[in-house]
This record gives sequence, structure tokens and C-alpha cells, in this order.
Amino acid sequence: MHITDPSISIRNLKLSFGAVEVLKDLDLDVAQGEFVVLLGSSGCGKSTLLNCIAGLLDVSDGQIFIGGRNVTWEEPSRRGIGMVFQSYALYPQMTVEANLSFGLKNAGLPRDEIARKVAEAARILQIEPLLKRKPAALSGGQRQRVAIGRALVRDVDVFLFDEPLSNLDAKLRAGLRVEIKQLHQTLSNTMIYVTHDQVEAMTLADRIAIMKGGQVLQFDTPHEIYARPSCLYVAEFIGSPSMNFIDGAVAEGIFAAPVGDIALEGYDFAGPPGTGPARLGIRPEHIASGPEAEAMPVRLETVVELVEPLGSDTLVRVGVQGQSLWVRMDGQAVVQPGQALQVGFAPARAHLFDKATEARL
Amino acid sequence: MSEPASLSATAAGADAVAPALSGPRGPRPRKRLSRANIIVYGTLIVVSLYYLLPLYVMVVTSLKGMPEIRLGNIFAPPMEITFEPWVKAWSEACTGLNCDGLSRGFWNSVRITVPSVVLSIAIASVNGYALANWRFKGADVFFTILIFGAFIPYQVMLYPIVILLREMGLYGTLGGLVIVHSIFGMPILTLLFRNYFTSLPEELFKAARVDGAGFWGIYFRIMLPMSLPIFVVAMILQVTGIWNDFLFGVVYTKPDIYPMTVQLNNIVNSVQGVKEYNVNMAATLLTGLVPLVIYFVSGKLFVRGIAAGAVKG
Repeated sequence: MHITDPSISIRNLKLSFGAVEVLKDLDLDVAQGEFVVLLGSSGCGKSTLLNCIAGLLDVSDGQIFIGGRNVTWEEPSRRGIGMVFQSYALYPQMTVEANLSFGLKNAGLPRDEIARKVAEAARILQIEPLLKRKPAALSGGQRQRVAIGRALVRDVDVFLFDEPLSNLDAKLRAGLRVEIKQLHQTLSNTMIYVTHDQVEAMTLADRIAIMKGGQVLQFDTPHEIYARPSCLYVAEFIGSPSMNFIDGAVAEGIFAAPVGDIALEGYDFAGPPGTGPARLGIRPEHIASGPEAEAMPVRLETVVELVEPLGSDTLVRVGVQGQSLWVRMDGQAVVQPGQALQVGFAPARAHLFDKATEARL
Repeated sequence: MSEPASLSATAAGADAVAPALSGPRGPRPRKRLSRANIIVYGTLIVVSLYYLLPLYVMVVTSLKGMPEIRLGNIFAPPMEITFEPWVKAWSEACTGLNCDGLSRGFWNSVRITVPSVVLSIAIASVNGYALANWRFKGADVFFTILIFGAFIPYQVMLYPIVILLREMGLYGTLGGLVIVHSIFGMPILTLLFRNYFTSLPEELFKAARVDGAGFWGIYFRIMLPMSLPIFVVAMILQVTGIWNDFLFGVVYTKPDIYPMTVQLNNIVNSVQGVKEYNVNMAATLLTGLVPLVIYFVSGKLFVRGIAAGAVKG
């Protein structure tokens, strides 16, 4: 995907702390108004990248452009960004109103304009009744709204979110997630959002950048990342419960594994189909069981090992030839451990990865 | 058949419930006179007596007249309470040529302590803030050197500082002593402030930077209002330390501006005339009163400060 007028553009970004390379030669282009999520497990460099974009960390090498302007050496306040932190980072001794207007006062705006902008942000976020309160008198969700408001009042082009929902409980998190998405649709600013939660990433993002070891492994739409993970790590990381893997070898359109030979009819190879050791991945939700399995090109006779009812679905671990597979079944399904179960899947929905390079085949 | 069976089952169930109702319930009873309590309170009482007894002797003696002291019952309460020794210690006791008591030393000490405390805390808090939040090049080396300074005995530096002050024309002046106190307070105070500022959430500092606040803006608007507890702690440390200082006071000043501690020493250790134990005791208590008052007054503030700081935004 080529972007002609990127909102944020990162070129060959490198960051090292002493001998430790946190970001390795990283490139990223974010389109105007796009919602990009940086996703990865802890220590992958996603928050570090966000801090570099914000200007809170000095880069070792490379360039950062925001709105076409080279901001690599710019102060955070002069980059046209607003930032929302995980711990809210509200100034505890100031009222909500003072928190919102702090940045505007520093920018030297006239008093009536500050009041107007604060009122506008408070209206959008519905925190008007809270303006005179101190942060200590707010709930977690209200605090995070104020933190978003602090970015909102500054009329910036780019919003940066650093795991903004991780300190909230599950119910509030889901609610605020929807609100953030709604806010993005209203404002249509560029947003970069760091999280380790794949549900947040999938639901919010226009595009997700999956990071590992200071590099972006795949930068694509949520759908593509789910349907065509570019490497083993992405395949394993996205999806809950995670993908099942079967070790084997590919040769002439056949995947040979201990569970039997699997004909790869309908599988969309990423390149010319090679040969050699490989891993076949199939998501639990793409394995059919019982009567539906009959219609599948690949069928396996298995024994149920473990049942995890979730209400809406039931997760079942089945064993076949010493290989365990997770299968997602309907919540109404009646299964008992020890019961025989036929499962099946279509190779078109499977994923093949080279065992050595871990790249998609 | 089934009905009686179920009935007896219910009865058996009720039997099983009965002991559960009469068993232990609610908070576990605690023994007042347990062995642990006796050891803890016993130790505390013995130790407090050990520390309070000299104070008691001092207070009692300072309220007696000399004839009564000569009887030699130092633990006995005064038969006739007199405040004469206190008045004498404050305004009449002689040190060298002056006979205006400790009052002169008291005001000297105030004039030394107040600027020293303000100056040292002002500089050290900015130092600590810069070291904690603005990681400038060489910050670690600077910090290590500063901390190293805390371990050098003062006596080693006495004479070099005499020369330094003389060259600057500050030897024997209040200003010179204030500078010395401020510098010697630097290592421990900087350490104190740095550690406190490091413990404040880093994201607050980042948020303030994104909001466009600069070095001083963040210090005055964000950091200072959150740091009352540590300022109180630093103040207690400095007031107590500087007020109680004897060594620097005697070396770097001259008789006219001797601090209270030096004057107290001159009163107590004067070799001519009768040893007036009651006046000496009163003078000592007067000198020790200021740190004591500071401690009691700001001790409360300190606890309040900690409680207020505990609610993080």
C-alpha cells in the first residue's frame, strides 16, 4: 500500500540504549486520518516507538515526519501531537479544568479561547459536570476521558495512545473502546494506538502493525492479518485461542504429517510452492466437527481430551496420533472427554509456514 | 419408605449444624498479657525511661535554686519552683565580655539557619529534579561525585574552607557560614529529592512535556505541588542539623555572631565563678527547644503531607 500524503512517516528509525537495540531500522507510513494500532507483546518496542514519535525519547538514527514536516529534533509540544497515557498522568493537584487548559496556557493562548476549547472538549467527552473536580475524585474511566480531553483541546493532527485502557476493568474497557472508535470517526484525526490486547487492535484499527524485537513484522488491515499472517509469529499471536500447528513437510502439493497426508487443494501459496519441512496452522474456529466435518476435504478421527465451555462457544481439545488440536464448537454442543469426534477443515483456510524461516509459504 | 428416610436425613443434617453454630465465631480473641506483648512493651518502657530520665533531671534541676541543688538529690522534684535560672540563661548569663545571655546567640542562630535552610533546599530540590527527570550527559558521574561528598568527614575540609572563605572575603561573616551550611547539605538533600522525584510517575513528566511545559514550568507547576512531604522532611533535617551545628559555627564565625550552640558551650564551660547547674540546664533546654518545636509542629504536617501525596492522580 503506497501512501502519497502520509500523516506520519518514519524512515530508518533506530534507537539503542547502550548496546541494546530497541528499534532496528524501522519504517512506517501512516495515512491521513488513519487509525493505526501498534501491537506486540511486552518488550517488543511498541511503546518506545510511540515515545519516539512523541519526541519523549531521542532517536539514535533515522527521521520522523509528521504532517510532512521533519520533526526529528522538535520538542514534543511542537510536533502537533496529543498523547494519552496508560496511567492517565493527570496532574493531581489541578482540577479537571486546569488539567485540560495547562497545555493551552503554556502555548500562550488568550483566556477566552482557552475557555472555549475546554468547554468544547468537555462537551464532546461528556465530562462537563466534572470540570471543577480533582483527579483523585474521579473514577478510572472518567480519568481516562479527561486524559483524552487533554489531547483533544490542543487541536492536534495526531493522537498518540499508550495502552490507554490497560488500567481499566474489562467492562469499562469495552465501553471506552467503543467511545475511542466513535471519537475517531467524529474527529477523523490520525491516531496511533499502542496495545498488547489483540481484541482492541482488531476492533479499533484501520491497520495493525505487529511488532517483535524492535521491528514491524506485518503492517496490514485486521482482516489481512487474521486471514493471511505473513509469518509464524503473527499467526500465533493473533487469534484466541491461538492457532493449532501441525509439524510436517511439504512436497508437491501434499503436506505430510504424522496425522496423515493432507492434500493442499485450494491453498493459496504465497509464492511458488516449495518443498521441505513446514508447519501447518489452522485456527480452532476453522475446524468443523461432527456432521459438518463430513463435508470438509480433510477429515480426522479424534478423541476428545478436554472440554472448556465458555457459554457462547465450547473449546474442545482433541487428540489424534499424539497431536493435540483445539476446536471451537457451538456452545450447545454436548461433548464428553473420551468421546470419539470426527473433525475436518478446508486447506484453503489453513496456513503454511516454512519451518526454518518461519515465513508464509 | 422414602419419606422417613429423608426425614432422618434432615434430622442428621440439623445435628451436624448445631456444633457449627456453637463453634468459634467472629474475631479471634487476643490475649492482652501474651509473652510477645510483655516483651515488646517491656522493652519500649525500659528504653523510653533510659532516654527520658536525663531530660527529667535537666528539667527538674533547671527549676531548682542553687541551695537546693547543693543538697545533691538530683532525682528529687523541686521543693520550690523557680524560673530564675531560665531568665538568667536567656538574658543575663555571661560569655566572655557580653552578659546578655543566650538571646544574642538565639537570634544569630535564626539568622544563620533560615537562609541556610531555604538556600540549600531550593538548590538541592532543583538538583534532584534535574537528576531524576532530565537525564543530561554525565548525570550519573555528577551524582556519584555528589554522593561521595557525603562520606568525607567534615574535619578534613575545615582548614581548606577557612582559606577559601578568607580569599572570598567571607571569613567570619554570617554569609560565609550560610554558604558552608548550604554546600554541606547538598549531597544528602540532593539524594533525598532525586529519589523522591524518581518515585513520582514518569508519565506525569512526559504529559507535561507534551503539554509544552519547560524545565522550570514542570518544576514549579507539576513537581513542587506534589512534593510537600519531601520538602518537610528536608526542612526537618536541615533545621535540626544547622541549628545543632557547633563545629562550623565556632570555626567560621567570630564571637559577635556565634550561634546559640557555641554560646551555650561558652556558658556551660566557663571556668570562673560558681558553676550554676540550674542556669546551665535551662540554657541547654532553651537551645534544644527549637529543633524540638520544629519536630512536633512539622511532624503532624509531615504525616498530613504523606497522606495527601498518597492519592495519586
